[in-house]
Amino acid sequence: MINFQYAKANDVGEAVRLIAADRGAKFIAGGTNLVDLMKDEVERPTRLIDISRLPLKRVEETAAGGLRIGALVPNSDLAWHPLVERRYPLLASAILSGASAQLRNMASTGGNLLQRTRCHYFYDTATPCNKRAPGSGCAAIGGLNRMHAILGASEACIATHPSDMCVALAALAASVHVTGPAGERTIAFADFHRLPGDSPERDTNLDLTEIVTAIELPAEGFASHYSYLKIRDRLSYAFALVSVAAALALDGETIQDARLALGGVAHKPWRDADAEAALRGARATTETFTQAAELILRGARGHGHNDFKIDLARRAIVRALTQAARGTPQSQSDKRIQ
Amino acid sequence: MTSTTVSARTTPDPIPLPDAVPVRFTVNGKDVTLALRPWTTLLDCLRDHLKLTGTKKGCDHGQCGACTVMVDGRRIVSCLSLAVMNDGAQVTTIEGLAQNGELHALQQAFIDHDAFQCGYCTPGQICSAAGLIAEGRAKTADEIREAMSGNICRCAAYPNILAAIQQAMGAS
Repeated sequence: MINFQYAKANDVGEAVRLIAADRGAKFIAGGTNLVDLMKDEVERPTRLIDISRLPLKRVEETAAGGLRIGALVPNSDLAWHPLVERRYPLLASAILSGASAQLRNMASTGGNLLQRTRCHYFYDTATPCNKRAPGSGCAAIGGLNRMHAILGASEACIATHPSDMCVALAALAASVHVTGPAGERTIAFADFHRLPGDSPERDTNLDLTEIVTAIELPAEGFASHYSYLKIRDRLSYAFALVSVAAALALDGETIQDARLALGGVAHKPWRDADAEAALRGARATTETFTQAAELILRGARGHGHNDFKIDLARRAIVRALTQAARGTPQSQSDKRIQ
Repeated sequence: MTSTTVSARTTPDPIPLPDAVPVRFTVNGKDVTLALRPWTTLLDCLRDHLKLTGTKKGCDHGQCGACTVMVDGRRIVSCLSLAVMNDGAQVTTIEGLAQNGELHALQQAFIDHDAFQCGYCTPGQICSAAGLIAEGRAKTADEIREAMSGNICRCAAYPNILAAIQQAMGAS
């Protein structure tokens, strides 16, 4: 870790002023990813602005019937919040599938969105990485890329976004409230993270001088028919090879509304309007789910070691949608997949 | 080692040494006042500044759980927490679990069930299990295994750790 200065922000306005005044500064909240990256000198902030005491720790119902989640609500508190458990169990399930109990106690909601890829080459400062050192190349292309992207990747970067929580937030069509020097704005979740293109050093469309203050969920939580199915190399405490957030609104066997988001396969949680449109109005059958899987994966491309992910994703999608339709979501403690 | 590897890491350090930051918290019920450089982790603060070496440094990257302590009643990994960010907190380490010379129910249960071999992960396992019990969520064996998955035991004492936690849950 390199030397850095430390400052505490007492309110959101002060946090924004401090970050705008110092190009080398970064916010720190839970610190679970940033401190780790600083130890490896992947991140080298010259000043940390401690935002952990800001009053952004409330979960409130909105006038629109949704939920507004403060950016500093710890992941564990969010997963176990009574309103989240009852109305947004897909979100609770996704959070509990990720990290460990200790990390979920530390990690904040806003920080979860801003965590960085776990690509081994991004962490290894002895190798080229366009995300860490723009223009240096991508060691994952042609390297060990078992964990890497099959959708939306570029010639510059095939890293994946590591979050489970964000896959559920994408499926639930959340929005992100941010504050910057110019004031407040709201970013649709689909527009928050970005694809790598030729600038993979930028993970999100958040400006460097902006702070995430809250995540807002719309009223529809798909609490009756959902599943978060995460496939990984060990049963717990590992990042996803492929994960699926599936949510259905059913009228008998007919799908009224559907959401499908994938994790572990792209630089951002992956949704596809055509796949969801194919589900809407159709009968909840294996054939329908297979068609949706084919649609969402139609642009998928492997890079060698991760070729298996395409077929794995196809089958995980069908299974998660089947679990959702049956009303038997994947348990995050009993790991048998049924 | 190749020359390119070396040259990539020889950037001069541009940041002047910052002032030490005052921090005050309680550790195992005792008030502690320190002045620390901002990069001192809670783990290094406990071990090197307060000489509480029961909390172990394993991976130092939040992956093994050996450094687990309780902060304000919640289990965390102390290697990823900057000490100065714990101002005002109540920290409990493995040294703080026994009361009046009597082992905590979890400590006794770990002995009863031989829930360790080398013992290096044990302080973290016990602090993590104390956090698990305080959470009140995990009840079944599957749920306890899942909730303890952030604590790695390379001696693989997992069946005995599970049995010890179940015993302590019954006692608490």
